[in-house]
Amino acid sequence: MSARFDVAIIGGGLVGTSAALSLARSGRSVVLLDKGFCGAQASGVNYGGVRRQGRPPEQLPLAQRAHGIWPELARLIGIDGEFIRSGHLKLARDEADMATLEAYAARVAEFGLDLELIGRNSLAERFGWVNSSLCGASFCAGDGHANPRLVASGFAIAARRTGVDVREKTAVTGFLRLAEGFSLETETGATFSVRYLVNAAGAWADTFAALAGEPVPLTRIYPSMIVTEPVAPLMSVNIGMEGGGIYARQAPHGSCIIGGERGAVLENPDFSRPTGEGARTIMNRTAEIFPALKHAQAIRFWSGTEGAMPDRNPVLGLSSTMPGLIHAFGFTGAGFQLAPGVGEVIADLVRMGETNTAIDAFSIDRFFAPTTKTARIPYGSGAGLLPQPEKTGVPS
Amino acid sequence: MKPAPLIVGAGPAGIRAAATLVRAGLRPVVVDEAPAPGGQIYRQPLVPDGRSPEARYGSEAGKAQRLHAEFAGLLNRIDYRPETLVWNLGQGAADLMHAEKTTRLAYDGLLLAAGATDRILPFPGWTTSGVFTLGGAQIALKAQGVSIGERVVFAGSGPLLYLVAWQYLTAGVRVAGVLECAPFSAKFNLVQGFFHEPRTVLLGLRYAAALRMAGVPMRFGASDLAVAGETRVTGIGWQEGRRKYHLACDAIGFALGLKPETQLADLAGCAFAFSPRDCAHLPTRDGAGRSSVAGTYIAGDGAGIMGADAAERAGERAALALIEDRALPFDAARAILLEKQLATMSRFRDAMAKAFPFPEDWSIADETLICRCEEIAAGEARAAIRQFGSTEINRLKAVSRLGMGRCQGRVCGAGIAEILAEESGQSLAAVGRLRGQAPVKPVPLTLLDTLPEAAE
Ligand SMILES: Cc1cc2nc3c(=O)[nH]c(=O)nc-3n(C[C@H](O)[C@H](O)[C@H](O)COP(=O)(O)OP(=O)(O)OC[C@H]3O[C@@H](n4cnc5c(N)ncnc54)[C@H](O)[C@@H]3O)c2cc1C
Repeated sequence: MSARFDVAIIGGGLVGTSAALSLARSGRSVVLLDKGFCGAQASGVNYGGVRRQGRPPEQLPLAQRAHGIWPELARLIGIDGEFIRSGHLKLARDEADMATLEAYAARVAEFGLDLELIGRNSLAERFGWVNSSLCGASFCAGDGHANPRLVASGFAIAARRTGVDVREKTAVTGFLRLAEGFSLETETGATFSVRYLVNAAGAWADTFAALAGEPVPLTRIYPSMIVTEPVAPLMSVNIGMEGGGIYARQAPHGSCIIGGERGAVLENPDFSRPTGEGARTIMNRTAEIFPALKHAQAIRFWSGTEGAMPDRNPVLGLSSTMPGLIHAFGFTGAGFQLAPGVGEVIADLVRMGETNTAIDAFSIDRFFAPTTKTARIPYGSGAGLLPQPEKTGVPS
Repeated sequence: MKPAPLIVGAGPAGIRAAATLVRAGLRPVVVDEAPAPGGQIYRQPLVPDGRSPEARYGSEAGKAQRLHAEFAGLLNRIDYRPETLVWNLGQGAADLMHAEKTTRLAYDGLLLAAGATDRILPFPGWTTSGVFTLGGAQIALKAQGVSIGERVVFAGSGPLLYLVAWQYLTAGVRVAGVLECAPFSAKFNLVQGFFHEPRTVLLGLRYAAALRMAGVPMRFGASDLAVAGETRVTGIGWQEGRRKYHLACDAIGFALGLKPETQLADLAGCAFAFSPRDCAHLPTRDGAGRSSVAGTYIAGDGAGIMGADAAERAGERAALALIEDRALPFDAARAILLEKQLATMSRFRDAMAKAFPFPEDWSIADETLICRCEEIAAGEARAAIRQFGSTEINRLKAVSRLGMGRCQGRVCGAGIAEILAEESGQSLAAVGRLRGQAPVKPVPLTLLDTLPEAAE
């Protein structure tokens, strides 16, 4: 006999756990399934940047919704997750970078990010610890950073406390569309029948989209991080750079965390590691941009596995083929800040079938040619069953 | 042309492996952090200090000299890189740091002979200045010719406890006491050990006898160690059963046996399994030393504690496997003989593990610091385990910072596993192991790159 729930969520990252928490708080019965441990993938190992600045305008309504939730973490999940509204400073190397920052500020003015453009002199005055050869910056005082390990674990614990049935080490192996709702199969043999199904499987979500007849061009990226030994307070803000390069923040206990470059995937594709070359590049750039760190040491490197979409926007919204199925994945390296807002949007979609937050740009059918769009899967066809893992390389 | 094999570690295992590869016509790269070959046991002084090999290495002086000489004879047939740290491995190459410069070295065949470090569990005051590991105390004496104190107590368990105490005694240092955490009854297992390796057991007994003759108090079944002294060690307290004892001293050497250095095997992608004998998760290998990763071999204490004599044989055996896997002619009869000898030594090691058992009920008080880099006390660790329902050690690390600092869990890993196992009601095997992450040791941000090279 399969257990019944209103909602099943595939994936215990921040997207899945924040949706689960929101749904459970509004009285829905929820089962949340993760193939490993909640928060052990992108949500728990990311850089920890909580930033709206730099996002494309179409992401800003969602980012603003999340922005309202971050300062409420202590109330919502019982811990503040070391969230600090430090501000986010995006550096310009040269005039061209500065012009890009200015153009961006003008383009997003209507969204209320309150960006402040900072020239060379005032940059040196206010942020003397940044290399004085930089040309200027754009500052977003309302952005900040947090500890992803705590935030991701905190949401999972809070969801469980609120009554969500959290099943770790329980990989979903397939689902079947029923006349009403879905039935789910798992690696452990446990089965579930549910009214709604949320695909929040992160970098693994494409398999479930494909099952629904909605193949998406998801690829995996592996951002790399290094962390220094604890040093005296230095970085008062979260740092980014126009055009990429590195991003950096200092955690409350003193370590500086610096991201950049891409890692290499391991034999088990769920895991990746920074390359020696990549790590060294980040380290050298760090010492150059923050001269005070010249004598610091790097004590740890890591990278994580993230699902990316070609247009850098996530997939978020109702399935175009199966009523009751909701997709939320492909955050392309920027879903940490968004996730608490995404969870609420998912809950809206379950409760009301729609949401007040603008998410049209993220609909899954943007990837289908009009012809494939009509190829719908009939209910109860059994087409939703996953092929055997060894044949298709489905991650387990 | 194929790149050369890479040997990490120039201790007994690495030296024998290098010699074996050279005999097969290969020219391995040999990398070691130390400035001179010999490893921990046959470590050479930083500067000549006038002491004879007999004074430095005691009963093992002959072996030390033989290995040092053997290595010297190899020097123009290998690519030896002292003072070099392998800080990262991946994609068939190693990142090597020497004098703040880094090189990426492609290899064909990786032989890990990285040795072991002291295993410690925390006790009140273990971070007080004047508390050293047994290995640290030994290196101070062997390589620098200095003592860790004027009145020294040695505590813990393992054969090293008596060896180091005896080395200090013969160097003229006042040894205030030897506190063995295992009960005296465990020593009857030495009878079993004697059967396999009489010389080693006799040597151990000789050390103990010499210490006793010199009037050094020797205690067994010591539990609940506690350091006295605020800023510096002034003494050590312990219990035997319910009775409490105290000894005045100004330095303490402590360890509970050894713990294999396995980060490189981890970075190389080797499979691990829990070894009940070593009470640790160790890379799996076949009798020849082949790990689960093709072309990666593990030998010596880095694969499981067996001691220096076994390390020499394991190094040679693993090198023969590498030669065989390269489809070069190799001495099959020698390989069989080495495996036989290693099997006997392994039975000896079984007996030693029983004679010096890893304590089963090491209680760690809430106030005791467990992770010294991140300054986390046992009570905080327990609170995190309860708050987040942790059952797995890497997840616990993620929410608590335990094992996240400079040492990357190399020092505190055993203690964290102990507390997590106790608090979550699981075995040490079940709580898992801290996954290794590069860099193997801290590296400067200004690390400079030299051109990538492929060893010829
Ligand atoms: C190194 C790194 C740095 C980043 N830095 C930032 C940043 O600074 N700021 C920012 O905003 N964003 C950042 N991101 C992006 C952000 O972390 C992600 O966008 C976000 O966490 C995605 O959350 P998620 O819940 O969708 O994915 P995940 O956290 O990956 O969760 C997906 C979960 O699904 C589970 N799952 C997969 N398949 C199955 C199955 N078959 N059955 C059951 N469960 C399954 C997985 O085990 C996983 O736990 C970064 C990402 C990485 C990797």
